Amino acid sequence: MLKEFFSHNFAKVREINLKYAKPNVEMSPWVKGSLLILRFYLIFLVGLLLYKFITLL
Amino acid sequence: MINFSNLYYEFRRIWKAIRLFFILSGPGIVVMVADNDAGGITTYAATGARYGYHLIWFLLILIPVAYYVQEMTVRLGAVTKRGHGEAIFAGFGAFWGWFSLIDLLFVNWLTLVTEFIGMTSALRIFGVPPWLTTIGVYFLMGIMVVKGRYWTWEKIALLFCAINLIYIPGAFLVHPSVHDIIHTGFTPHLPPGGFTNELFFYIMANIGTTIAPWMLFFQQSAVVDKGTKEKEIPWGKVDTFLGSIMTVVVAIFIVVVTGTILSGVNIDDAAQASLQLMKTNKYAGTFMAIGLFDAGFLGAVCISLASSWAFGEVFGWAHSLNNKIREAPWFYASYFVSLITAGLVVLIPNAPLVLITLFVQVVAVTLLPAALVFLILLLNNKKTMGEYTNSLWQNIISTTIVIVIIILSTLYGISTLFPNMFK
Repeated sequence: MLKEFFSHNFAKVREINLKYAKPNVEMSPWVKGSLLILRFYLIFLVGLLLYKFITLL
Repeated sequence: MINFSNLYYEFRRIWKAIRLFFILSGPGIVVMVADNDAGGITTYAATGARYGYHLIWFLLILIPVAYYVQEMTVRLGAVTKRGHGEAIFAGFGAFWGWFSLIDLLFVNWLTLVTEFIGMTSALRIFGVPPWLTTIGVYFLMGIMVVKGRYWTWEKIALLFCAINLIYIPGAFLVHPSVHDIIHTGFTPHLPPGGFTNELFFYIMANIGTTIAPWMLFFQQSAVVDKGTKEKEIPWGKVDTFLGSIMTVVVAIFIVVVTGTILSGVNIDDAAQASLQLMKTNKYAGTFMAIGLFDAGFLGAVCISLASSWAFGEVFGWAHSLNNKIREAPWFYASYFVSLITAGLVVLIPNAPLVLITLFVQVVAVTLLPAALVFLILLLNNKKTMGEYTNSLWQNIISTTIVIVIIILSTLYGISTLFPNMFK
């Protein structure tokens, strides 16, 4: 039953990935730039969290 | 006679508009009042206790801030008929979609725990043990959705929104000086001591509580579930604007209560503020505690629904409050699982509740900027938004607001990681 549950949901995740493989927002330089800045921002935050975690140990 | 008939028809026209508003309003008022959740009440109580009436004018600025951000979710939901989670998947692809969805689930669950902390600590003041509060909340939240009608859920939620106004009579009970409130509170100025790190921290905290990630997801999904049409967008905007006024009015009255009675007292949480108030004015303290429970309850209702809607949209499950439990089992299962597990955390002896409360602020800043940036980009997608695309002025206003929110909420989150940063 558990196996069936996971295999069903993995299939669903694959289906979702396929369904949304192509973004429908036009990737203009503004959009690309915003997404790039967002990536850097998130990397910076994760870096801070890791730094805090390591210095706490 | 002619004048009388004109007057009668004018009255009928206005009455019809009011009735229509009551039918179409809901998501905006609910999300905005729920924004004053347990964490928000603590922030406003602490602000009043520390700075008295000096920052009331600043709270007024939060009306347009909250309105302009949330109004965009109304347009996006009504036009695309998609919740924010699904809109991100469709607009930016699976990577950003999964990131937002998983982060939302995590942030919402942690925030839900803080709502339970607020509710249990509020009712503990009246001698209600946390386990009983938790069971009571499960029961109440079950009743709200069990009918399988969005309309029923929304009207019960609006009733709890009305209870949130309890802070207004609470403020009159402590007999504040109206003259002082008007002259000190409504004139923009810096509090005595000038612009200090501590003041900056309080400003960040107040901005941070104004817009939370779940609010974007909740209102957009609620607009879709309610079936709001494009022609009803102006009503949705009025609903959101009234809600943003209500949330700030409640915040101001909390500041007035603590600014009058608890001036100079260090407030760590709203339950502590209620107990302190009770020493001076029993009823004001009682009202504060009732308001805290109500705030936590409204927050919990909206947050757990925001997660369930988002998951239902992406996974393609039936995900409407108009569905009965047997018609949308996964939607209701995720609603109750997040609710029950969050409630159980509060009942674990020696659970790190303070750590969780602080951690929420840090994790929230990983999602909020992303959700806000996606919102503006989606509102500029002419292909899907058509005539409801952001105008130049809307872009200037909303982008400015979003940049300020991102900077201040990020600094607030970082200051939680490094508490000495602003000391």
